[in-house]
Amino acid sequence: MDIVLQQLVNGLTLGSVYGLIAIGYTMVYGIIGMINFAHGDVYMVSAYITAIAIALLTFFGIESFPIIIIGTLFLTVAVTGAYGWVIERIAYRPLRNSSRLSVLISAIGMSLILQNYVQLSQGANQQGVPTLLSGALRFNVGDGFVQITYMKIFIIVASLIGMGVLTYIIQKTKLGRMCRATQQDRKMASILGINTDRIISIVFVIGATMAALAGVLITLDYGAFDFYVGFIIGIKAFTAAVLGGIGSLPGAMLGGLVLGLSEALFAGLISSDYKDVFSFSLLVLILIIRPSGLLGKPEVEKV
Amino acid sequence: MTSLMEFKEVDVHYGPIQALKKVSLTVSEGEIVTLIGANGAGKSTLLMSIFGQPRISSGEIIYRGEDISQKSSHYVASHGLAQSPEGRRIFPSMSVEENLLMGTIPIGMDHAEEDMQHMFELFPRLLERRNQRASTMSGGEQQMLAIARALMSRPKLLLLDEPSLGLAPIIVKQIFQILRDVASTGMTIFLVEQNANHALKLANRGYVMVNGEIRMTGTGDELLVNPEVREAYLGGH
Ligand SMILES: Nc1ncnc2c1ncn2[C@@H]1O[C@H](COP(=O)(O)OP(=O)(O)OP(=O)(O)O)[C@@H](O)[C@H]1O
Ligand SMILES: [Mg+2]
Repeated sequence: MDIVLQQLVNGLTLGSVYGLIAIGYTMVYGIIGMINFAHGDVYMVSAYITAIAIALLTFFGIESFPIIIIGTLFLTVAVTGAYGWVIERIAYRPLRNSSRLSVLISAIGMSLILQNYVQLSQGANQQGVPTLLSGALRFNVGDGFVQITYMKIFIIVASLIGMGVLTYIIQKTKLGRMCRATQQDRKMASILGINTDRIISIVFVIGATMAALAGVLITLDYGAFDFYVGFIIGIKAFTAAVLGGIGSLPGAMLGGLVLGLSEALFAGLISSDYKDVFSFSLLVLILIIRPSGLLGKPEVEKV
Repeated sequence: MTSLMEFKEVDVHYGPIQALKKVSLTVSEGEIVTLIGANGAGKSTLLMSIFGQPRISSGEIIYRGEDISQKSSHYVASHGLAQSPEGRRIFPSMSVEENLLMGTIPIGMDHAEEDMQHMFELFPRLLERRNQRASTMSGGEQQMLAIARALMSRPKLLLLDEPSLGLAPIIVKQIFQILRDVASTGMTIFLVEQNANHALKLANRGYVMVNGEIRMTGTGDELLVNPEVREAYLGGH
C-alpha cells in the first residue's frame, strides 16, 4: 500500500514534467505537422542554463531560495525560449515548403548539433547543481510511510501553474486564438491578416519555455545531468504526446500524467529496470490500438 | 469613379498549367462587381492571387494605387481587403464568436463587441449559435459565418467566392438580400459566382471568365440579357 502511494506521488511528479515537455512536441506538430526531434535537446540545453543561472546568481551573492529559484526560472525560460526561436529560424523555416523528409532530417541534424555543441562548450562530463531545497513531508501508512520531498511538491505545483497559464493563453487570449487558427487552417489564417510565420515562431518559443520549466525543475530535483539527458526524456515526452493525442494540448498534459503514473507504478510493483521498456511498449500499443491517442481527433481532414 | 482595385494583364501558372491569362479588370469604389464563370474557369485562383496565394507570374494587381501582387497575405489583409473564401474555411473547432473575432485581426478588438452585435442583426441565426462549435453548423450557417467574419475587419473591399454554392434556394435568397443590405452601406463588393442569375441582378457590372480569360464584360443588366450568357450560365432561358 505504502509503495503504491509512494509511486503515485513519484509518478505525478514525473508525469507533470513529461507533460510540460510533451507540450512542445504536440504544439509544433499541431501547427506545422512535424516532429521536432531537437526538442529533447532543447530540454537538455535548459539543464545547462539552469546550472549557469544558479552559478551566476550565487556569484552575485544571492542566497535566498525564492529569489534564486525565480531568477533561475526567469533566466532559463528566457534563454531557452530564444533557442527555440533560433532553431525554428535556421533549421525549419527555410524548409517550410519542402517535403516532410527534409524537415525530419533537418530536425535530426539540429539535435546532433545541439548535443555536440554543448559537449564541446561544456565538456562531456556529468555536471551538477547544488541542492537548494531539501526536506520532506512524511505520512505514516499502515506499517510503512510515504515521503514527499518539498522539491517534488514544488515540481507538481510549478508544472500545474505552467500548464494552467498556457491553457489560459491558448483558450482565452487573442494570441491563443491566432495560434489555434493557424493550426486549424494556416492559409485562411494568413488571409485574415495573421502573420503565420510569426505564430509558428511563437509556438516554438512556447514549446521551448515549457521544456525549460521542466528542465529547471528536474535539474534542481535530480542535481546531475550531461549533454545526453535530452534523449530519453525526449522520447518519453514524445510518447506522452502520442498517448494523449498528438496535436492536442490537453492531450499532452494528460498523456504526460498517465505515462508518468503508469511508469512509476510499473517500476514500483514490477520492475524498475524495465520501466523504459514498459513506456515504449505502451507507445507501440497505442499506435496499434488507438493511433489518435486519448484526446486526439482521428486524422482531421485538411482542406 | 476612382478605381479601388485593378488587375492589369495578370497571368497565373500552376506549374505548367496556366490558370489566368492576361486578366484585366477593375473594381471601382462603391461598386458591386461580379465575375461569373464555369467550374475551373479560374475564379478562385483570381481571388486568392490578390493575397499572393498563388503568386501571379506576370502583370500587376493595383489596390489603392499600390501594386500588392508581391505582398504577403497578412499585409493585404491588413489594408482593407477581406475574403469569404471558396469552401468557407471557417475554423471548425472554434465557436461562432471566436470565428467572428478572427475577423478583427487587421483592426484590433476596439470595435469587436459593437461589430459582433451588428453581425448578429444581419445574421440572426448566428446569434442563437454564438457559443456553438462552428463545425456543427449547417452549410448555410457556415456561409453566413464566413461572410460575417470577413465583415468584422470593416473591409474597404469585400471579396466573396461563390457564397451560394451548395445552398438551398431560400438560403441563397436570404444571403443575396443581406449582400444587398451590406452594399447599400456603400461597401465595395467583388463577387465570384456560378449562380449568374442572382449575381448579375445584384451587381452593377460583371465579367465573364472562360478558361482563365475574360471573355465578356458589361453592366449586370446587359449580361443578363446577353444570349451567350443566357445560353451558358442561365440554362438557356
Ligand atoms: N493548387 C492547384 N494546383 C494546380 N492546379 C490548380 C490548383 N488550383 C487550381 N488549379 C487549376 O486551375 C484552374 C482554375 O481553378 P479555380 O479553382 O481557380 O477555378 P474556379 O473558377 O474557381 O472553379 P470552381 O467554380 O469549380 O470553383 C483549374 O483548371 C484547376 O484545376
Ligand atoms: Mg472556385
